[in-house]
Amino acid sequence: MNKLVTRYTFTMRLLHWSMAVLILSMVCAGLAIVSSLEPWQLSLLGLHKSFGVLALILLILRFIVRVQSTAPALPSTMPVIQVKLAKFSHWLLYFLMLVIPVSGLLMQYFGARPIVVFDLLTMPAAMVANIEYFAVFREGHGFAVLLLLLVLVVHISAACFHHFIRKDGVFKSML
Amino acid sequence: MIRYSLARFYGISAFVAWYGAVLFLTQPAQASTKVTAQQFVDLQQGQPHFPGFRRAHAKGVCVSGEFVSNGSLTHYSDAEVFSAGVHPFIGRFSIAGNNPHADELSAPVRSFALSFVTGSERWNIAMNTPPVMAVSNPHDFYQQLVAIKQGGDAIKTFFAKHPESADFLAWKASYTPTESLALETYHSINAFYLHDARSNKQAVRWQMLPLGEASKNPFTDSAALQKELAARIAHGNVRFTWQFTLAAPADDENNPAIQWPSNRAQVNAGEINITQWQPQLEGACHALNFDPLILPTGLSATADPILRARSAAYAESYRRRAKEQLIGALGGKESE
Repeated sequence: MNKLVTRYTFTMRLLHWSMAVLILSMVCAGLAIVSSLEPWQLSLLGLHKSFGVLALILLILRFIVRVQSTAPALPSTMPVIQVKLAKFSHWLLYFLMLVIPVSGLLMQYFGARPIVVFDLLTMPAAMVANIEYFAVFREGHGFAVLLLLLVLVVHISAACFHHFIRKDGVFKSML
Repeated sequence: MIRYSLARFYGISAFVAWYGAVLFLTQPAQASTKVTAQQFVDLQQGQPHFPGFRRAHAKGVCVSGEFVSNGSLTHYSDAEVFSAGVHPFIGRFSIAGNNPHADELSAPVRSFALSFVTGSERWNIAMNTPPVMAVSNPHDFYQQLVAIKQGGDAIKTFFAKHPESADFLAWKASYTPTESLALETYHSINAFYLHDARSNKQAVRWQMLPLGEASKNPFTDSAALQKELAARIAHGNVRFTWQFTLAAPADDENNPAIQWPSNRAQVNAGEINITQWQPQLEGACHALNFDPLILPTGLSATADPILRARSAAYAESYRRRAKEQLIGALGGKESE
């Protein structure tokens, strides 16, 4: 009766790949805006904040879609420890994708910097800046990105491992 | 079998990490001729630096007050601050340099920063006593600071190589520091655009002109300017006229080194009145980054390369002192 699920739903795949492109662009933009003194820095800073808000909205949407749809099961031949690690790393990725934009919003809030989202709306900031809370969220923002890059190395490596070595169709479930 | 495939997994991970690292490391290498925000702040903070303080303009005093707008700029800009009426602000007077204990009377540059909150928006303003920069881009500005730090004839050699510094040098030759922070004229230096409801834009610079009466500063110690300012505020004697200069089509709003001709149209927007002050570590100004690129509706940044470099440099300075202050607070000790 139960049809075997071998692929993620179209919505999940669309969200996965669009967020992959968005997040990698955001990491590159983030690294550029903290160091560059070039005239485009201000424009990229504005885009980084706007797309950060978009990334948070997409993540919430993705979380809802994820818990409502059936994810394809991992191959039964996979060692239990690998299955556990796979599930843990996926939830860790969700957690980091939440922490990064939220810490970004909060560092702007406590740094008393209103965020203009795509010239559409302005998200208000604290009337009086709190430099210590700013420091917590600013350093947290950077640290979470480093952790994300680390987990992404594992994530991409695992995808290659499944596709080229195990040839078990796990990578294709996201195509 | 598992061990063999794990070894291959590690091999793939190493390759992915290596490829990522190569992409990342070649990025700054390609741009190595450009000064970064980190290099800029390293230079400004000096060795050793003063933890918990601003990396530039480290010594100052928090103030608050109100701007009484006469409404004359509403024709040019939607900004709420220009609507006729009273608009409160917090601000900060400071002197140039990295030392929060420096002698105030001998500082070459004095500064006045303000921050207005209107609805969900904020407008930060950071002004200095010179009306123009000596150079036109952040990389030359970095070399100018290097030359100043080198001492001797380095700065003369630098200016000789940078003819665009003529307007700045002319100002410097004519400028005599006053005996009070309340008697200086403060300039936006960089130009901004005013936008009206129909999205027409007008490039402007502005200056705050002192209205206080001249008097002799009775203090001579390293905090002489702050003490004199506090005494003046007690007498309600720290007031400025906020005047805007409108650029003509011939003026280049993107070049901060060139003074606009003195016959340009000027608009008096109203009066700035300072009513209170607090020591800088106790006032609300301490936690604020006066990044002048935080602008409300009705104002926008020009393409001036020095103006556009300010956000990243201010953010780096703010991040460093914020982290130090947090570590100090967690360790149970004050930043000073």
